[in-house]
Amino acid sequence: MSKENLIDKSSINTDDMILNMGPQHPSTHGVLRLKIHTDGEVVSKIEPIIGYLHRCFEKHSENLPYEQIVPFTDRCDYLSSMHMSHAYSIAVEKMMDIEIPERVEYIRVIVSELQRIASHAFFIGVFGLDVGAITPFTWVFRDRERIIDLFETLTGARLLYNYVWPGGVSHDLPEKFITRTIEFLDYFEPQLIEVDELLTTNKIFIERTADIGVLDKDIAINYGVTGPALRASGVDFDLRKNEPYSIYDKLDFDVPVGRGEMGTVGDSWDRYIVRFLEIKESIKIIRQCFKSIPEGDVHAALPKKVRPRKGSTYSRFESSRGELGYYIISDGKNVPTRLKMRSPAFSNLSVLPYLSEGWMISDVITILGSLDIVLGEIDR
Amino acid sequence: MSKKTLTDSISSINESIAYDEETNIFSLKEVGTWLDIATEIKNLNFNYLMCITSIDMENSQLALAYNLHSTETKDSIEFNLFFDKDTEIPSVESLWRTADWHEREAYDMMGIKFINHPDMKRILLPQDWEGYPLRKNYKVADYYHGMYIPKDKTSWE
Amino acid sequence: MAELTLREKFDKDNFVVEKLDNLINWARAGSPWYFQFGLACCAIEMMAASAPRHDLERFGVFPRASPRQADVMIVAGTVTIKMAERVKRLYEQMSDPKYVISMGSCANSGGPYWQHGYHVLKGVDLVVPVDVYVPGCPPRPEALIQGIMELQKHIKTQSTFGKAKNV
Repeated sequence: MSKENLIDKSSINTDDMILNMGPQHPSTHGVLRLKIHTDGEVVSKIEPIIGYLHRCFEKHSENLPYEQIVPFTDRCDYLSSMHMSHAYSIAVEKMMDIEIPERVEYIRVIVSELQRIASHAFFIGVFGLDVGAITPFTWVFRDRERIIDLFETLTGARLLYNYVWPGGVSHDLPEKFITRTIEFLDYFEPQLIEVDELLTTNKIFIERTADIGVLDKDIAINYGVTGPALRASGVDFDLRKNEPYSIYDKLDFDVPVGRGEMGTVGDSWDRYIVRFLEIKESIKIIRQCFKSIPEGDVHAALPKKVRPRKGSTYSRFESSRGELGYYIISDGKNVPTRLKMRSPAFSNLSVLPYLSEGWMISDVITILGSLDIVLGEIDR
Repeated sequence: MSKKTLTDSISSINESIAYDEETNIFSLKEVGTWLDIATEIKNLNFNYLMCITSIDMENSQLALAYNLHSTETKDSIEFNLFFDKDTEIPSVESLWRTADWHEREAYDMMGIKFINHPDMKRILLPQDWEGYPLRKNYKVADYYHGMYIPKDKTSWE
Repeated sequence: MAELTLREKFDKDNFVVEKLDNLINWARAGSPWYFQFGLACCAIEMMAASAPRHDLERFGVFPRASPRQADVMIVAGTVTIKMAERVKRLYEQMSDPKYVISMGSCANSGGPYWQHGYHVLKGVDLVVPVDVYVPGCPPRPEALIQGIMELQKHIKTQSTFGKAKNV
């Protein structure tokens, strides 16, 4: 399986066919339209067309006060909504000079890492579904329901939480939250071994993903790819280690980097295994947080009116898809003048036309699945 | 690189670059020279363009904010361009491929056109949409292809 | 004596006399195959409803990818103006009898984006006729299951052979 021409075209008169993988399709992870120019089964050019979920988030944020924007940030990347509101709160707090209590920082990190586990577990289930394996999907959803149960005891909602506010969090941890989470983590680690045996070293899975869609590291940085897709190409860049925010500088964890164990460095198998190993690192982080979480009042620093000072800021955050950036310009009023969200999946998707030239149509599905996009945050 | 040498080496590229000590932002008003300045910045190892933001200033000017980062020296800088409406900006897509989609979004939302961009068309809204939504004086049309766009709740209460 | 359901009559006697309308409605309500049209966050709750814990398959509900093979279209998520024409076209490609469930507050009436959303269609009932509205943002999988049960009740009141009833 390689990228060269699979048929001898010297004696046949061929023409390109334009195939439309329309906005409604079971494996495009949302409403994405791909215009594929193919020569038989081999792809020569892809044009992604987005905008079918453009919900005018930036226009809403120019008309609403800072506290009321938090539910809208949740709905952008609905699979990691804690990350979105956490990143937004960090950006607003940078412009306000508030002192966040330590208990709040620990709670935010615990909740973010639980959300990262849920998002990466969802990726494993859906990537298996793309490649053809249905069982990991059912197993993963059964375990993800337990994480969602934990979030429901904490915030009251299953998917979109409105939990992390600028200045603190909305509720303190309930009574038995810590014991229940530790029970869940003890239950979840053997389940990961089972899913590992099903997918990671499976011969069919390796043949479908190894050496497909190899992304070189200089091209990845030039296209603005971040997150697990960049780490799979061999670049050791994680914002939690390189520019630590919150309490990540006190925690001890590793950053998994792709090494090309089954094929080349930067192929789709690497992008899968990096996310799988990140689940294990997140479990380590949560256990460390529980050992040293202090007492305190989580509402101590919540401001009565959120009115940042005049100026602008760009703050970066490591979400489960990559670098999430918020660029906020404030005029001293309680409504932002301009709020721009730099979403990681927007730049990750822009590398798809480069990656899929010369591969077959079913490989395009594998590459798209391994980039792990969410259309809600691409279109905003 | 220390902050002083960094700001000196960037300010010395062209005399029209201004640097604000308080906010730590470089700004440029003569946008015709932007492509050459960006090439020099890329030669200083700034290989990662993080974000391009389009801004509608109140005084009928538009602005663009470029956030850049270097993965080797771990420095980040911000560069602002200020210009009137209807000015065309040189595209930096040939230097950083990230700019491809970000500049299309700036055109779609704010109406800023870029010179030498390979594919200058709308990215989020339909191709025949009228107007640029993120401008402060934007008023959405009443109908689009026969679908009614209500402006307030009275039409269905 | 209370009216027995079709199932109870069959269990009791093994020999049932019934109107053709009721038999057809019973068959149709027992297997509403849905057309997976997940657009945004509500799509995740729709997937969670077919997952092991809430298990939609015990109702006979099964996802189909093509509109020609489906009975119900569950519009889950925000419908934008760019997408609205495609929703209408896909609805027209489904074959009769077809039903639409509007899931989530964005599909019901525009949702949280009603005020400044210039590109959001304020309710999918502006382009396709809707039978059941499921409120919530996002609705729990149990709420979606209740919506499907309401749809089953609605299917059982249809009349194919007799006079049309005023419901």
